[in-house]
Amino acid sequence: MISQFFVLSQRGDNIVFRDYRGEVQRATAEIFFRKVKFWKEDGQEEAPPVFNVDGVNYFHVKVVGLMFVATTRVNLSPSFVFELLQRIARVIKDYLGVLNEDSLRRNFVLVYELLDEVIDFGYVQTTSTEVLKSYVFNEPIVVDAAHLSPLGPAALFMQGTKRIPGTAVTKSVVANDPTGRRREEIFVDIIEKISITFSSSGYILTSEIDGTIQMKSYLTGNPEIRLALNDDLSIGRGGQSVYDYRSSIGSGVVILDDCNFHESVRLDSFEADKTLALVPPDGEFPVMNYRMTQEFKPPFRINALIEEAGILKAEVILKVYAEFPSSITANTISLQMPLPKYTMRASFELEPGAVGQTTDFKEANKRLEWNLKKAIISYHGFYIVGGCEHTLRARLTFSQETHGNITKESGPVSLTFTIPMYNASKLQVKYLQITKKSGSYNPYRWVRYVTLSNSYVARL
Amino acid sequence: MAPPAQSQRSPSPSQPSGKSEVSDLKLQLRQLAGSRAPGVDDSKRELFKKVISYMTIGIDVSSLFGEIVMCSAASDIVLKKMCYLYVGNYAKVNPDLALLTINFLQRDCKDEDPMIRGLALRSLCSLRVANLVEYLVGPLGSGLKDSNSYVRMVAVMGVLKLYHISASTCIDADFPAVLKHLLLNDPDTQVVANCLSALQEIWSLEATTSEEASRERETLLSKPIVYYLLNRIKEFSEWAQCLVLDLVAKYVPSDSNDIFDIMNLLEDRLQHANGAVVLASTKVFLQLTLSMTDVHQQVYERIKAPLLTLVSSGSPEQSYAVLSHLHLLVIRAPYIFSSDYKHFYCQYNEPSYVKKLKLEMLTAVANESNTYEIVTELCEYAANVDIPIARESIRAVGKIALQQYDVNAIVDRLLQFLEMEKDYVTAEALVLVKDLLRKYPQWSHDCIAVVGNISCKNIQEPKAKAALIWMLGEYSQDMHDAPYILEGLIENWDDEHSAEVRLHLLTAVMKCFFKRPPETQKALGAALAAGFADFHQDVHDRALFYYRLLQYNVTVAERVVNPPKQAVSVFADTQSSEIKDRIFDEFNSLSVVYQKPSYMFTDKEHRGLFEFSDELANLSIGAELADTGVPGHSVEANDKDLLLSTSEKEETRGPSNYDAYSAPSYDSSLVSIAASQTQSDLISSSTTVPGNAPHSSFAIDDLLGLGVSVTPSPAPAPAPPLKLNPKAVLDANSFQQKWRQLPISLTQEYSLSPQGVGALTIPQTLLRHMQSHSIHCIASGGQSPNFKFFFFAQKAEESSNFLVECIISTSSSKAQLKIKADDQSASQEFSSFFQSALSKFGLP
Repeated sequence: MISQFFVLSQRGDNIVFRDYRGEVQRATAEIFFRKVKFWKEDGQEEAPPVFNVDGVNYFHVKVVGLMFVATTRVNLSPSFVFELLQRIARVIKDYLGVLNEDSLRRNFVLVYELLDEVIDFGYVQTTSTEVLKSYVFNEPIVVDAAHLSPLGPAALFMQGTKRIPGTAVTKSVVANDPTGRRREEIFVDIIEKISITFSSSGYILTSEIDGTIQMKSYLTGNPEIRLALNDDLSIGRGGQSVYDYRSSIGSGVVILDDCNFHESVRLDSFEADKTLALVPPDGEFPVMNYRMTQEFKPPFRINALIEEAGILKAEVILKVYAEFPSSITANTISLQMPLPKYTMRASFELEPGAVGQTTDFKEANKRLEWNLKKAIISYHGFYIVGGCEHTLRARLTFSQETHGNITKESGPVSLTFTIPMYNASKLQVKYLQITKKSGSYNPYRWVRYVTLSNSYVARL
Repeated sequence: MAPPAQSQRSPSPSQPSGKSEVSDLKLQLRQLAGSRAPGVDDSKRELFKKVISYMTIGIDVSSLFGEIVMCSAASDIVLKKMCYLYVGNYAKVNPDLALLTINFLQRDCKDEDPMIRGLALRSLCSLRVANLVEYLVGPLGSGLKDSNSYVRMVAVMGVLKLYHISASTCIDADFPAVLKHLLLNDPDTQVVANCLSALQEIWSLEATTSEEASRERETLLSKPIVYYLLNRIKEFSEWAQCLVLDLVAKYVPSDSNDIFDIMNLLEDRLQHANGAVVLASTKVFLQLTLSMTDVHQQVYERIKAPLLTLVSSGSPEQSYAVLSHLHLLVIRAPYIFSSDYKHFYCQYNEPSYVKKLKLEMLTAVANESNTYEIVTELCEYAANVDIPIARESIRAVGKIALQQYDVNAIVDRLLQFLEMEKDYVTAEALVLVKDLLRKYPQWSHDCIAVVGNISCKNIQEPKAKAALIWMLGEYSQDMHDAPYILEGLIENWDDEHSAEVRLHLLTAVMKCFFKRPPETQKALGAALAAGFADFHQDVHDRALFYYRLLQYNVTVAERVVNPPKQAVSVFADTQSSEIKDRIFDEFNSLSVVYQKPSYMFTDKEHRGLFEFSDELANLSIGAELADTGVPGHSVEANDKDLLLSTSEKEETRGPSNYDAYSAPSYDSSLVSIAASQTQSDLISSSTTVPGNAPHSSFAIDDLLGLGVSVTPSPAPAPAPPLKLNPKAVLDANSFQQKWRQLPISLTQEYSLSPQGVGALTIPQTLLRHMQSHSIHCIASGGQSPNFKFFFFAQKAEESSNFLVECIISTSSSKAQLKIKADDQSASQEFSSFFQSALSKFGLP
């Protein structure tokens, strides 16, 4: 069981503090904050998510810049506590609509109320948003979502595309709509994170897609839902190496290495027709997590080169190719490349006609940055569009002579991006069926896709 | 609840200091208290919110206690909840005021709304005021019988809270028995889960004083209860499932059908999106199959994919927790993961604590088929911007080189590192090349050529410098400049801050002297002179020692300082296998993340439930026994710790915060061994010694001719036909393993003769006495009047063991026996044999 739970702001202020068992001293919040802020152990500068000070174990997870912390003297399961802390954050978000420092401060009484029902004497009672509804009486004070910082997957859908009402995902599960009527709707988001490493010659060394089908339901009466996935979906079992690409090339079949499901999902007909049946609980939750190492077409190819160009000089050439259809646009693209430590200056040369691209040389950590946030290609329109290619040349000046192997002193190049309405795995939600008797019942259904970079790296 | 430390907390500038605000609030609350005006509840809510926000930021608002209580007489539930929160926070420091609240809380406990009943009961039990417990028993009793499951759920936790305020009140009211009934009969699974949590806690704490409680604690692990919970597992919340799975992991299955039934039932839990459920199930699978090697291996194969999915799907914190467990499994069974090595490649944006784990995993899984690719990948990291990780990567390459037979390619890579001309890369690589040469002296030619080109001036790190100096001494015949480089270093003796480097320098210059005397003589003289003047004791002593050795006889000196060396075949592991097994036993806990067994970071009372942590706290007869000088093996008697022969090494290695642990002392025959181990670096040999310790000490018994007969004493009066093996052997580890696995087959209490009690003033005599009956002591401990012994015996014809825990209280002249046996049918017979042996103790 846990002893205390608290939430700290980035500055270390106590926003919420609950002591469940009174067996650890109150000063833990300060001890914790000091330890995390000035962490220096094992030559590392970043505190691990759990550590022990004087017999007290401190667990913390970071959510939207806040630290959710639990303390205990008992040798607990770390994954239990981390899952719990994440879940508490999610329950609070379900209630407040928006989770940030401001909304927490304004609703702290409601948060205390939730915390008292979620945990009793250190033991978890329930984390179901639905069950909690009957125990919790404070009304949330909803914080204006318009000034939200773009954090978390939900916010991704608010940029770039107008099809989705931006405020919908920031609705509280309990707050009453000003119009008095709740809008019946359900969101299904397919979020994929890509990790890929290209060798210096452009080959893919490793690649993986980690995906989640996330659901958020605002349907009254909890009807049953059926989610149909690709017919040819298969989940790899057995001994064959997961890195065996040969089997899957060109077949178009989606083969997942492995996946797991939310508690509420029933898999009765999954084998037969790849359908997940569930009664979605209130609030946001992952229906299914999956992992895929099957070969896929990476959305971007990167070509990076660094060459000496005379004494104390070198040239860097970076090329990015967008390899997705031109109907799709990617945004917030950023390339980063660590340069040799003795780099003094860098001058940049963008391709002719490039608009909305920015370049920067970060002197402090000797890093090159190339942002294509508002990239405009004259004949394609705004944003990076599929099928196009961009080049950056940079001239570097060094403060000392190079020791021969300049490629070993720089790189690798890393790319971050967001591509809405695109997924690399080709996993699809073919239909979303809501079983409810009334014929006139036709709630809004949103099925959205987004692909993000996780570790997208090209070596030199 | 929060102690009144808030007042000492200096408020930060952004926060109000509080004093005037609090008195202001007090006034306003007073005005509202009696008011019945419409809308008054809303204004009260606002005021209450203010009070609670002050409470949160640490301003002391306890002076408002009276006003708050007065204001909450109203029926508004939001107001009530805030009041409960406030009262819970301050009741402990204001017990008199708390009495004020009892009345309305008790009334609310009878409210018709189950929500209010539950809330009131929870608040009532959260007051934590000892002199109010009498008011708790009644409401708790009716709460446990309430028709509403919410109230019962709260009441069960209330019982636990009551136990912590006043254990005797809780036990006297017979609440544990009620909980046990609910555990097996309540329709609501959360009530059942709470009962399980509460009973585990209560019985574990009670077990220190009550035999009955420890029996009750064991019944929780009995087949009917475990099966009852397992059959309903899907009805439980995911958190309660973890609780049940934790329990199941400690269950001892009766046969292999039992094992497969449980595993089949839990198979789909491995697909759960909640990592805690998956890891808890994994632990069950691993523990259940410990004795079935094939199945155990299949379990590893089965859990691989789900764990990898959790690593990549969760938040960074969750994936760190899962990765730590995967790390443990990879280290235990690297061959199972050898084809998955790409999953352990580092990503550029991962925090360094994750990268570090992955590097260790890559090192572990490297084998003939994947080494090339792994080393290539590691070399990429060596140029990493994150310097600690770059260092770790180079070390990883070195470790792989040391564990492989075919090192050609790797040596090339290492030598390339030396040419990279990055300070830290060179430093790490030098240390590695040194270790490599100790294992593969045949590579000296290639390495020395490269090392010779490195200038000492560029090396600052003591470890690297020492490595370079070692190579200069060791290979001075092959390195042309060696004497001159050493000479240069000796000239700068005073600038060398590290004693380690100066020690190495002394030895290296000696070695060099034996090989190339004319060139080195001058340097040697200078080094010895500098050594004599050194302020560091070890350096000084070593210089003096070398000097006298040389004076005595140069040939002898060479044999001592530079003998022909054998290549090191295996470098010692930093962690003993006992510790690793301990951590594995504590799978799915912080032990895995910290890579330490729990006794190293947890207080005894928080060691966890069912930890088999033992009852007689602070047992240690070490000091007295050492004085008596009687050979024997005595360690602190905590049956998990005591059998772990590594614990004493840990003690010397660093302070552990385990306060119940008192340094055990050994009898003289063992002390010398232990001391020599800890002082020298021969870690590899040390792991084996403690395991054999009991036997070696018995052997010493015989050698000393103490008149101990090792054959069973001739025909005891009620001579049982049971024949025991007088030379039975069981090492501490297997004992511990068995003790955990076997059920108790007999528990008995037995009276000791007054002579026996008298003889126990020297507990060691009992060990010898029992040994003469072929019952061997594996560990003992305790202090008058309570002693504790662990014995084992083996049947003469077959390898069937009997294990005995014997607790002797000299004050009551009673011995409590717990007997576990491989062959349970013989345990009764053995018990009488044991008792007859014990009855003779102390008789002339």
